[in-house]
Amino acid sequence: MKILHCPINGPRPIQEFSFGGAVRPMPDPQQVDDEAWADYVFNRDGEQGIQREWWYHIASNTWFIAERNITSDQFIRTYLWNGEEAS
Amino acid sequence: MKQRLAAQPGEWIDRTQELEFRFEGETYKGYAGDVIASALWANGVQMTGRSFKYHRPRGIYSLAGHDANAMFSDGTHTHLRGDSLPLVAGMDLRAVNTFGGLKGDKLNWVELFSRFMPVGFYYKVFHRPAWLFPFHEKQIRKIAGLGEINPALPSTTSPKDYAWCDVLVVGGGAAGLEAALAAGRTGARVLLIEQQARLGGSLAWQHGRDEEAQRAYGTLVEAVLALEAVEVRCATMVGGHYADHWVALFDADRMSKVRAGAVVYAPGAIEQPAVFGHNDLPGVMLGSAAQRLVRLYATKPCERMVLLAANSQAYGVALDMLEAGVEVAAIADLRPDGEPSVLGEEVAAAGVPIHCGHAVYEAVAKGDKSGLRGAVVAPLRDDGEIESSRGQLIACDGIAVSVGWMPNAALLSQAGVKFAYEQTLQQLAPVSKPDGIFVAGRARGTYDLDAQRIDGRDQGAAAAYYTGREDKQISPRVESCKTAHSHPYPIFAHSGKKNFVDFDEDLHLTDFVNAHQEGYDSVELLKRYSTVGMGPSQGKLANMNAMRILAKLNGDTIDETGSTTSRPFYQPVPLGHLAGRRFHPMRQTPMHAWHAAHDAEFYHAGDWYRPEYYRRANTHRDECIFQEAQQVRTGLGVIDVGTLGKLLINGPDAVELLERLYTGRFKKRAVGRYRYAVALDESGVVIEDGVIARLAEDRFYVTATSSGVGAFYREMLRWAAIWGLDVTLSNATGQLAALNLAGPHSREALTALTDIDLSPEAFPYLGVREGEVAGVRALVMRVGFVGELGYEVHVPAWQGAHVWQSIFAAGEPWGVRAFGVEAQRLLRLEKGHLIVGHDTDALTHPYEAGLAGAIGKNKPFFVGQRSLQIYRKRETKRVLVGVRWPDGFKGGLPEECHLIIKDGRMVGRITSIAPVSTLGYALGMAFVEPDMAEPGTRIEVRLDDGAMSVAEVAALPFYDRDDERQGL
Repeated sequence: MKILHCPINGPRPIQEFSFGGAVRPMPDPQQVDDEAWADYVFNRDGEQGIQREWWYHIASNTWFIAERNITSDQFIRTYLWNGEEAS
Repeated sequence: MKQRLAAQPGEWIDRTQELEFRFEGETYKGYAGDVIASALWANGVQMTGRSFKYHRPRGIYSLAGHDANAMFSDGTHTHLRGDSLPLVAGMDLRAVNTFGGLKGDKLNWVELFSRFMPVGFYYKVFHRPAWLFPFHEKQIRKIAGLGEINPALPSTTSPKDYAWCDVLVVGGGAAGLEAALAAGRTGARVLLIEQQARLGGSLAWQHGRDEEAQRAYGTLVEAVLALEAVEVRCATMVGGHYADHWVALFDADRMSKVRAGAVVYAPGAIEQPAVFGHNDLPGVMLGSAAQRLVRLYATKPCERMVLLAANSQAYGVALDMLEAGVEVAAIADLRPDGEPSVLGEEVAAAGVPIHCGHAVYEAVAKGDKSGLRGAVVAPLRDDGEIESSRGQLIACDGIAVSVGWMPNAALLSQAGVKFAYEQTLQQLAPVSKPDGIFVAGRARGTYDLDAQRIDGRDQGAAAAYYTGREDKQISPRVESCKTAHSHPYPIFAHSGKKNFVDFDEDLHLTDFVNAHQEGYDSVELLKRYSTVGMGPSQGKLANMNAMRILAKLNGDTIDETGSTTSRPFYQPVPLGHLAGRRFHPMRQTPMHAWHAAHDAEFYHAGDWYRPEYYRRANTHRDECIFQEAQQVRTGLGVIDVGTLGKLLINGPDAVELLERLYTGRFKKRAVGRYRYAVALDESGVVIEDGVIARLAEDRFYVTATSSGVGAFYREMLRWAAIWGLDVTLSNATGQLAALNLAGPHSREALTALTDIDLSPEAFPYLGVREGEVAGVRALVMRVGFVGELGYEVHVPAWQGAHVWQSIFAAGEPWGVRAFGVEAQRLLRLEKGHLIVGHDTDALTHPYEAGLAGAIGKNKPFFVGQRSLQIYRKRETKRVLVGVRWPDGFKGGLPEECHLIIKDGRMVGRITSIAPVSTLGYALGMAFVEPDMAEPGTRIEVRLDDGAMSVAEVAALPFYDRDDERQGL
């Protein structure tokens, strides 16, 4: 069972968390064409390497960002959301 | 106990405690400290079981927990491992894989037909003709498998517990003991796990003649037990290694889940079989098994032994056997030059004939095959092939095999350690490992005892340093051994095809050759086709030889061949140790006790208990539900809606958040008013509905579906964070109780209880007020929840029961009655209200569900809006409509999900159905194609029995089309 470091609560077992998917900036709905919008909604690239992900600490209702190597399944670091860019 | 030796120094048996037990109907005696198999062997019982496929006689082979053919049943437990489980007085055991007893197994004829049972035979033989397969399957199921399950036994649960340590040490041999000491002395908290009943590992059985080693053994164990930082658990197996050093331990009684800071693996190596003719007969065993019999259980393996050797350990076995009074008739050494160390000379000096460059061609059975009468020893050619024609029969009743080792790698592999074939050692050795994992001792290819001890010390200290308990960084000094202790190919062809590679699954050398010829030339395919390594020992005695065979057949190296993946568990684990307690958290509303006292029939709605309806004497369920609904239509009813999601959304940006999350418009909503609201996901699918009430400019009260509120609240929090809005969100679902008072008399009933002005002018439909109800601070919404005049009252949970009872008392003049979820569903269906997730599915967008009216126009943004724009451009493929049957219809009615058929085509399905309604006819909702949506259109629904039920599309709502009653 993995351990994940919540930025608020510290290291906790993975069962206390819920995975929220990769961080994927929403394209501007006013500008984007239908095809690009459908691509955003339905497709995930699954690209290997470091992925920025949403994780949620269930007990404390905390959303945060985790950087994870999805090839080796190792967490690199975690931090609270601070806009689109990594803090 | 005719095979029992005189007391051996350090023996594990306690001769003061004699235990009586039964095996296959006979009574025997053993000692406390025996394992089942050693006690049998001490009594001269060499045949401990029958093999899996051919029902061949088998005996002790490893005596280290890997003997699939020494498994017993006591009638309750079906797979007792005879070579590792302690003997208990009064045991009444049978071998697991026999038909009619071990000696006269009625299936021993199967072996005669073995040439008709080639590798993969069950894939080939029984599938043609196909119509015979059910018969074959029944027969195979009767014969296949080990042991029988007694379904009459009660289920038992075993405890789970938790532990943590800085350094977990796996294996209590020389390296493990030193590692535990070294780590423990730094102040690290250490947990030392040993699978055997006592500490010591090979110190307990392999170094018996070495007095210095025995002294060190005693000192080490004493030191470990004296160290407070070290907890020792013997007779405990590490079952699996999971992420971040989360390790599952199993003992006889329980599973323990351990979190370790670092793990030192010192699990040793497993001695490997040689493959020769009839190498599976009782009496053929590993050299280490013969040593274990002598040293741990003071039991003589045989009277006269032939030893097949390929390393120096074999010569240690010979000397130990001589000391135990066993005559060593010959050593066949696979190496052309024999044993280079001084041990070779010692054995030769004792008069043991040593045949260098020789192998055992076959073991020769006694007449009844219960044991051996000899071994045929033959010379090896330069190419490694055996010259059977030049073989000589040497009389013996035992053959010991010491030709090589395999690191005990299963757990290491699970932990992420990678292995590669080491040419110097002629075996696998670890080449890389993840952080926090340390490997010590023989598993690394370290065979010298002193080197093992130094390595244990270094790895233990390095692990302590890794956890931060030790300041000094340690670089392990010991490298793996420089001479091979394993033969590169101890596998020899035999004309009789009875040279077994896998004793669990009865696979012999030809099976591998055939599988390879049929194209199964990769190790993972070979495993699945032949089932090698899939038996009770999980390949611990078979996989290495299988790799060597496959590599040779392919002309590849061992590394190119690769090995199969090790997964938990290390050895099979009783299911009772894994079974959980069926713990399901259930939620009850504050009114639960009242419901229970009033004969509520509860059902599970997600986590919640909800009254489905209230039972009445001599009244059928359907009638109870109908009466409850009728009472709401004509008088007064109350329902507990405390399971509704209840969210408090406050702050300057609260309205902005709601505008972006929901499809509707809320900016201009007046304080004191609420509105029905629908939320979508980004693909435009309806995921939530509820009401949004504005209590103040910056204060909103939002209800959500009972089952969806948790996930939706979570998404709300995420969007609020992404958008950086100044808003606070709280999920008050459990903090508030809620009830719904509905029916033409609801205003009269509530008036007496509240200070809120309930007159239609002061408190119209869609209004929300804060005030007091029954002396309790409450939020009251005027709703049309079930299509009648009604009020929804929300109060703090702890006052919920009080308010519920007060309303009941106030409603008495109108015959107030509680109604359950079934009546509520009927009433709401009559009003054409859909249930998200029931009448809609994971693809339903608002235009299909008749929810276009809930979509705000000219909004700059809401979640799902962009997808709806795309849907708007496309043709809608289905729409949700009402369907009804004629008054007094007596024919068959569909159930939910029954299909609507038109011209032999599926054109829709029923989503909700009410066979009986307060309107006097059966009604429901259905998805149909848009050209069928016109009221009056005839539809046909196919029932379970294939009959068609005819109905027609009806305008929604069925009841009170002009909404006059809820607007009273």
